[in-house]
Amino acid sequence: MSERTNSEWLEALRSPQADMAIADLRVRLLRGLRYALAGRGITEADLEDFAQEALLKVLAELDSFRGEARFITWAQKVAVRVALTELRRRHWREVSLQDLMTERDDSDFTPAVLTENAADPGQAAMRTLMLEKVQRLIADELTDKQRLAMMAVMQGGMPLQEVAERMGTNRNALYKLLHDARRRLQKRMLREGLTPDDLLAIFEAT
Amino acid sequence: MNKTPILRRIWYKIRRGKRNGHMRPLQPEQVVQMVRMVAATRPDEIGCDECFEQLDRFVELHLAGKNAAEALPLVQDHLARCGDCREEFEALLAALQAELEGV
Repeated sequence: MSERTNSEWLEALRSPQADMAIADLRVRLLRGLRYALAGRGITEADLEDFAQEALLKVLAELDSFRGEARFITWAQKVAVRVALTELRRRHWREVSLQDLMTERDDSDFTPAVLTENAADPGQAAMRTLMLEKVQRLIADELTDKQRLAMMAVMQGGMPLQEVAERMGTNRNALYKLLHDARRRLQKRMLREGLTPDDLLAIFEAT
Repeated sequence: MNKTPILRRIWYKIRRGKRNGHMRPLQPEQVVQMVRMVAATRPDEIGCDECFEQLDRFVELHLAGKNAAEALPLVQDHLARCGDCREEFEALLAALQAELEGV
């Protein structure tokens, strides 16, 4: 199969006789998805559905292709996101943020974890002190929303996309919210004369 | 005994705070994890949208054996932090590699 150039793809897909180009693109997307999702136990019917949905999205978004990569790379990128978005949604469908938090609350975690590997009592006391200090900073600096987001992302391995959906936002906005939260803590720590690296040295020394 | 309104309000606030799960302090190991994330934070991080925007170029550089991380350092940085985007990068890589190898 001779490869179309980017402008040939765009022209063919936009022409009134686009059927052949659309069929070619569909084959390419299906094949790409087959490899992209290999080993995940995806059925043929699902692959077909993902390819179809991706095809429609690619056609709807042709104008946003900026030509910075090969057209087919761009189209496969769109397809991969369509498929993984759906797979994540299915996988986490039954899990609420509340479940994620509760699971964690029930674990028999004891605060001794941080102190038991301390070399001496002084070190253990220092750790406890710093721990409380950081807990206070977190309580002071972060909004409830930021804390909830950070905890959700840290604990259950839930994808950002799914946490975002449960918080009524989207993945990009959630990333920005988390980034802002991390920045606020970073600045506050520096104002308090604590560098994150010093804190880690205190927490992680054995 | 009668409490003054202001005291009653404070009392109510304290009790409510204790009941609300999200008001509890973080567990020690979560604090450490958070400090780790803070330590690695940089001001110029990009979000998922910007990463996705450049992902096709990034993956092509990678496949061409060029130093994608050097050419698009913020994409590389985002991929190291964001599991969702990293999963998409790896899947895209697999799709394109298969195509290149003509399998």
